[in-house]
Amino acid sequence: MNKPLPNSLRQGPDGRGRFGQFGGRFVAETLMPVIQEVEQAYNEARNDPAFMAEWRRLLKDYVGRPSPLWLCERLTEHLGGAKVYFKREELNHTGAHKINAVLGQIMLAKRMGKPRIIAETGAGQHGVATATACALFGLKCVVYMGATDVERQQPNVFRMKLLGAEVVPVTSGAGTLKDAMNEGLRDWVANVSDTYYCIGTVAGPAPFPQMVRDFQCVIGEETKQQILAAEGRLPDALVCAVGGGSSAMGLFHPFLDDEEVAIYGVEAAGRGLETGEHAAAIGGGRPGVLHGNRTYLLQDNHGQITEAHSISAGLDYPGIGPEHSWLHEIGRVTYVSVTDQEALEAFQLCSRLEGIIPALESAHGLAHVMKLAPTLEKDKIIILNLSGRGDKDIFTVARHLGETL
Amino acid sequence: MSRIATRFAQLKAEGRGALMPFIEAYDPDPATSMALLRGLPGAGADLIELGVPFTDPMADGPTVQMAGQRALKAGGTLAGALAMVRDFRREDDETPIVLMGYYNPILSYGVERFCLDAGASGVDGLIIVDLPPEEADEVSGPAAGQGLDLIRLIAPTTDETRLPKVLAGTSGFIYYVAITGITGTRSASREALAEAIPKVRKFTDLPIAIGFGVRTPQQAAEAVQVADGAVVASALIDTLAKSLDEQGRARPDTVRKVLDQVRDLAEAVRNARVPA
Repeated sequence: MNKPLPNSLRQGPDGRGRFGQFGGRFVAETLMPVIQEVEQAYNEARNDPAFMAEWRRLLKDYVGRPSPLWLCERLTEHLGGAKVYFKREELNHTGAHKINAVLGQIMLAKRMGKPRIIAETGAGQHGVATATACALFGLKCVVYMGATDVERQQPNVFRMKLLGAEVVPVTSGAGTLKDAMNEGLRDWVANVSDTYYCIGTVAGPAPFPQMVRDFQCVIGEETKQQILAAEGRLPDALVCAVGGGSSAMGLFHPFLDDEEVAIYGVEAAGRGLETGEHAAAIGGGRPGVLHGNRTYLLQDNHGQITEAHSISAGLDYPGIGPEHSWLHEIGRVTYVSVTDQEALEAFQLCSRLEGIIPALESAHGLAHVMKLAPTLEKDKIIILNLSGRGDKDIFTVARHLGETL
Repeated sequence: MSRIATRFAQLKAEGRGALMPFIEAYDPDPATSMALLRGLPGAGADLIELGVPFTDPMADGPTVQMAGQRALKAGGTLAGALAMVRDFRREDDETPIVLMGYYNPILSYGVERFCLDAGASGVDGLIIVDLPPEEADEVSGPAAGQGLDLIRLIAPTTDETRLPKVLAGTSGFIYYVAITGITGTRSASREALAEAIPKVRKFTDLPIAIGFGVRTPQQAAEAVQVADGAVVASALIDTLAKSLDEQGRARPDTVRKVLDQVRDLAEAVRNARVPA
């Protein structure tokens, strides 16, 4: 007999799109009708077996899922504590977890009859994934990218163009991910009738935090099956880097009700939380409203949003998904932070010990694993979401190591 | 009766619509912005919208974005905007002032305390762009308690099933967003407005003001022929921005140039409904 789960942590959001006090739909009136249209279309699609079967087919034959769960023997031995596994999301087509939710959303856009797709991107991973899916489905794609990021992520800009997308550099504000998201929302306001906004993370107005999470949950669901097959039990700890937090939510969510599993979200501490130059919304921010949702944000005393800093362009965002804010407040997930320097060290260690060059985002998660594993017994198990590959980051890393390419 | 209701009643008796200029508080500096605010009623403003600067104005085009950035650089805050209204009220107790901005600075200030201070400063209404009716419950009580009108936006995308819900919590007047888009970009045609406004009118007795894309005296006149008020923002801010020196500082004629433009708009609005 199935036991009911009256206290499940997996039931959110509520009817108002909230996780506890977080989330919601804080958008201009012009967007409210289209957001409700997206929500209705999504609720129909996820209950449509044909839609979900097609999405699963794409994940298998186009993305290459399931992604493997890899036991890192050399890394485990080096750290001298708990066994470390990587969930290998970097092996997905386009090199990161982003494609999981993008395919679901682009299928939804097609179902809604929206021929034009817009997206925001920071490092370019979500932009590349969106441009890829638009090429596959024959849809027009416009990607907003901060002018600063366009400069520092040239390879991804060119990838998007090769895939047929138009990349629009955003010069407002500091020209980073936050400003790209503002511009995406402005475009959507002006083009609601024919355009779908493919948001890249578990943030934005409801239903986006839930929808992106649901699609990304394929990560955690696979992980659960794979670790049970490999070890016959659940892991003792899950670790994942958190910017907006879609890769983390995808890994964490299927384990939220498994009390014995400790869960760690790793924010970017940049040059150190004490310097103010970081991207740790939970570690150094407080709740507010931005980009359609209530969540933890980096802001000054007057409620003005402050610029984030991280060596990882993908973590360079002053907010975090609202469900993470809630999981923080109820204490289910522990949010820690890792500096640029610690991430750089983890980046190099991973490359040398496991032959895997991780994304700088994932290197933040790994840096926490490096702290955690030695404190645990050897029969304990840690799983890190290796959410992306590091090819895009080699220029940044080389610069920090004093090498010229 | 509130200042807003009183003003619209007067205008109705005069048989004309309202000119509602928008300026951003602290743009380009506190003194110039205050001089503009003080000068607006004399130049023909019937109601005033005072923008509260925010780093991430997602419904605004480049013109208002730049105004916000200048204002922030000059130290603009929500508290600063309230202080401007307090100063204004020493000389003018009749012209209604509506604060227009985004939710986060209000949240940060504290909703209850903000409503208390706004009421005490002489603010008459609030337009919070990213606070749709679905999220407005935490503001509507404290605002009503201080006699602040919560003015909602109605967009071309707001259909007839949604309209009653949006109108339900609205007081003061209705702000009709003339285009699906951001501020300072396109303008709605006279025909589109003539078709849209009566549809909203069916659901409410409140005055309706038209904003977004109202730039010229001609467009302002057309707006008050179909509705009860015209909001002009980006066109005035463009004039202000063009008048600044290379360092972005106000020149001696900055205030005069903006107020002259307000006079032209006011004249057009006042003559718009003169019977043939």
